[in-house]
Amino acid sequence: MIQQSKIVIKDLNFYYQKKQVIRGLNLEVNSNEILAVFGPANSGITTLLRTLNRLSDLNSSAHLEGEILLDGKSIFAPEINVTELRRRVGMVFDVPTPLPMSIFDNVVLGPRMLGLKSKALQAEKVEEALRMAALWDEVKDRLHTPATRLSGGQQQRLCIARVLALEPEVILLDRPCSALDPISTAKIEDSLRHLKEQYTIIIAPHNVQQAARIADKVAFMLMGNLIEHGPTEDVLSNPKDQRTSDYITGRFG
Amino acid sequence: MKKFKENLSERIFLLIALSALSVLALITVFIFIHGLPIITKVGIFNFVFGMKWAPSQGAYGIFPMIVGSVSVTLGAAILGVPVAICCSIFLTEFAPSMLRNIFRPAIQLLAGIPSVVFGFWGVLYIVPLIRNYLGGPGLSILAGSIILAIMILPTIISISEVSLLALPQQYREGAFALGLTHWQTIYYLLLPAAKSGIVAAIILGLGRAIGETMAVIMVLGNAVAIPQSILDPARTLTTNIGIEMGYATGEHQQALFATGIVLFIIIMILNASAQYITRKK
Amino acid sequence: MKINPRTSQKIAKFVIWSAALLVIAILLAIISDILLKGIPTISWQFLSEIPRNMGRSGGISSSIVGTLLLTVVAVIIATPFGIGTAVYLTEYTRESKITRMIRFSAESLAGIPSIVFGLFGFIFFVTYLQMGWSILSGGLTMAIMILPTIIRTSEEAIRTVPNLYREVGFSLGATKWQTITKTVFPSALPGIANGIILSIGRCVSETAAVILTAGSALRMPTSLFSPTRTMAVHFYILAREGLSTENAYGTAALLLILIFLINVVFNMLVNRFVSKGR
Repeated sequence: MIQQSKIVIKDLNFYYQKKQVIRGLNLEVNSNEILAVFGPANSGITTLLRTLNRLSDLNSSAHLEGEILLDGKSIFAPEINVTELRRRVGMVFDVPTPLPMSIFDNVVLGPRMLGLKSKALQAEKVEEALRMAALWDEVKDRLHTPATRLSGGQQQRLCIARVLALEPEVILLDRPCSALDPISTAKIEDSLRHLKEQYTIIIAPHNVQQAARIADKVAFMLMGNLIEHGPTEDVLSNPKDQRTSDYITGRFG
Repeated sequence: MKKFKENLSERIFLLIALSALSVLALITVFIFIHGLPIITKVGIFNFVFGMKWAPSQGAYGIFPMIVGSVSVTLGAAILGVPVAICCSIFLTEFAPSMLRNIFRPAIQLLAGIPSVVFGFWGVLYIVPLIRNYLGGPGLSILAGSIILAIMILPTIISISEVSLLALPQQYREGAFALGLTHWQTIYYLLLPAAKSGIVAAIILGLGRAIGETMAVIMVLGNAVAIPQSILDPARTLTTNIGIEMGYATGEHQQALFATGIVLFIIIMILNASAQYITRKK
Repeated sequence: MKINPRTSQKIAKFVIWSAALLVIAILLAIISDILLKGIPTISWQFLSEIPRNMGRSGGISSSIVGTLLLTVVAVIIATPFGIGTAVYLTEYTRESKITRMIRFSAESLAGIPSIVFGLFGFIFFVTYLQMGWSILSGGLTMAIMILPTIIRTSEEAIRTVPNLYREVGFSLGATKWQTITKTVFPSALPGIANGIILSIGRCVSETAAVILTAGSALRMPTSLFSPTRTMAVHFYILAREGLSTENAYGTAALLLILIFLINVVFNMLVNRFVSKGR
C-alpha cells in the first residue's frame, strides 16, 4: 500500500505578536490514519490544528513562517480559496456547538451554503452524514426538532456529522470528548475508527489514554516543540525522549 | 463574484452605520440653525439667566424654566434614587427567586406605562393630596418630583441591578466567610464595588427626568414665575417648549428652539458623564 | 452611635422590603385605577367608531388606526438601519475612531428628550420637507427616536453570541456574510426582537414628539400623508381639556392593554421561535 502524505508541515514557526507558540515543527500526516497530537496545555496543539484549516487567519495578531502542504500544495498559496480549504479540512471543537436550529438544518448548513437547493439531495446528504457519525438511528425520527435538545454526546456527534456533510478530506478534532461522559466518548471513538477508512483524522485527545485507544500515529508536543512522533505503540511503550516518558507516566502534566 | 458580494455587503453596512451619525448631525444642525439667531440677538447671558419670559414683549429669559427643571429633577432624585437602589438591592440580594420573577416584570410594566398616564394619575390623586394636606394649588414642583421619581425608577433599578449582578459571587462568599452580615456585605463591599454602574444609572435617570415633558405638563402648573417653594407651580425647559410650540411663530419659535439647544447641551453633558464613568471602571 | 450589626441588618431588611412593596403598591394603584375605570368604557362601539363631538362621545377607531400606521412606518424604517448598524459595529470593525463616533452618536440620540425630537420633526419633516402633519412625518420622527434603542439592543445581542459560533461557521467554509446570517443572526434574534418590542411600546406611548409631527386631527386617516391623532395624543387631549373623563380612562385602559399585549405576545413568539431552534 502506497502511503500518501496527505499533509506535510515543514519548519513551522507560529507567533502571536512577539510570542512564539510553535517552534520549528516538522511533521507528515498520512491519509486514512488517525494521528493524535498530545501534550500538556499551552503546547501549541490547538494552534497547530487551527492553522491546518487556516482558522488562525481570523486572529489578526497571528503570523507564521514555514510551509504546510495539503496534497502537495501549500495551503497559503494566493490562489487557494480559504473557504474551500476549510471545507476540505473540517474541524470539530472541544465544546459541542449545535446551532440554534433543527438537527436537519444543522447538518445541511454546509451544503446549503454551497448552494445545494434540492430537498431530495439535502435529505440524502443529511442521512449519510448522520449515519457516518453514528447518530442516525437516534435522531432519524426527530430530524426537525431543535438540535439543542440533544444530549452532550449526541450534540458532539452532530457536529461531526455537520463536518461530514461537506465531504471533507481531513477531519480535525480538538479535544472533542473533553466535555462528555465515558459512554458518549466511546461512541465517538468508535465512529472515528470507522471514519478513518475514508478520511484523514487528526485529533488532539484530552488524555493520553484516548490516543492509545484510537490513534495509529501519535505526536508529542511540549511548549511549542514537537518532541517525538511515530506509531502509537512505539512512542507510548518505548518513548525515545525522557520528557515524553515523563509526561506519559504522569510525572508532569 | 463572491469577493465582490463580500465587499459590497461590508460597504452597505458601513453606509447604514454612518447614517446613525448623520441623523444625529442633522438634528444638531437643525436645532442649532433655528435657535442660534435668537441667542445671538438676545445675548447668551441674558437668555440663560434672564428672569423674564414674555414672548409677546420680546423678553426671552429662560432662568425660571431652568430653576423649574433643576428643582423638579433634584426632587425626583431625592425621592427616587434611594427607593430605586433599595429595589435593585432587593432584586439581587433579598428577593427569593419566585418573587424576583414577579418583581422584575413589574418594573418592566412600570417602565411601559406611557408618561401621559402618569401625568393623568398624578393630576387625579397626587395633586389633590398635596393641595389638601400641604397647601398651595397642588399643581407644584412637589407633584412633579413625585411623578418623575416614579417614572425614573425602572431606569435606575434595571441598570443598577445589572451592575450588582455583574459582581462575582466570590465577593459575597468571601464576605460571608469573614462573618459579615448580609447588610454589611452589601453596604461595605457590594455597593462600593458597583458604584460606577449605579452612578451611571442615576445619571441616566436624571437625564430621563430632565427630558420628560408630558407628565410634567399635567402636574406642574405651568406658571412662568420662579418658584419660591416646592408647593409652587413652575415650568420646565421641556414643558415650555411643549406648551408654546403649538402657537409660536417667528422669534418666539426661535426662542423655543434655543431652549431646545440648552436642553440638548445639558443632556449631552449628562450622557457623556455617564459614559465616562462606566468606561473609567 | 454604633449600631449592632445584627440590628442594622434587621433595619436594612425592613427598609428594603418596604421600598419594594412601595413600588409594587404604586404600580398596582396606577394600573388598577386605569383599568377598573377604563375597561367598562371599552366596547365594540368604542373600538369601531370615530370620535364625535371633539371626543366627548363616539369611539377611538381613527386613533387606533393612526397609532398602528405610525408604529408600522417607524419600525419598518428603523429596524433595518438599526440592525445594520449593530452588525457593522460588531462584525466588521475593530474599535476605532469611527466606531466610537458611531456608538457615541447612537447613545447620545438615545438621551435626547422627545420634545426636542418633536421640534426637529416639526421643522424638518412637517415644514422644510413640506410633508405637513402626517403619519409619515410622525413615523419618520419616531423612527429616529427608536433607532438608538434598536442599535443598542441589537449590538448587545450580537456581541453576546459566543465567538465559537462564528468559528463554526468559518470552519464550515462560510464567508463572512454567510457566518453573520446563518450562525450569528439566529442566535441573536431574541435579543434583537426584544429591542424591537421595546421600540414598538415607545411608539405607542409617545406623545410629545407625535403631537408636533402627526398633528391631532380626529378624522380617520386615508393615507400616510393624512394627519392623525394617536391614542396617546388623544388621551392627553381628552385629559387636559377635561372633555370626557370616561373616554379618557377608556383610551388609557386600551393603551395599557395594548402595551401589555405587545410585550406578552412578542415574548411568546420569541420563545416559540427560539425553542424551535433552541
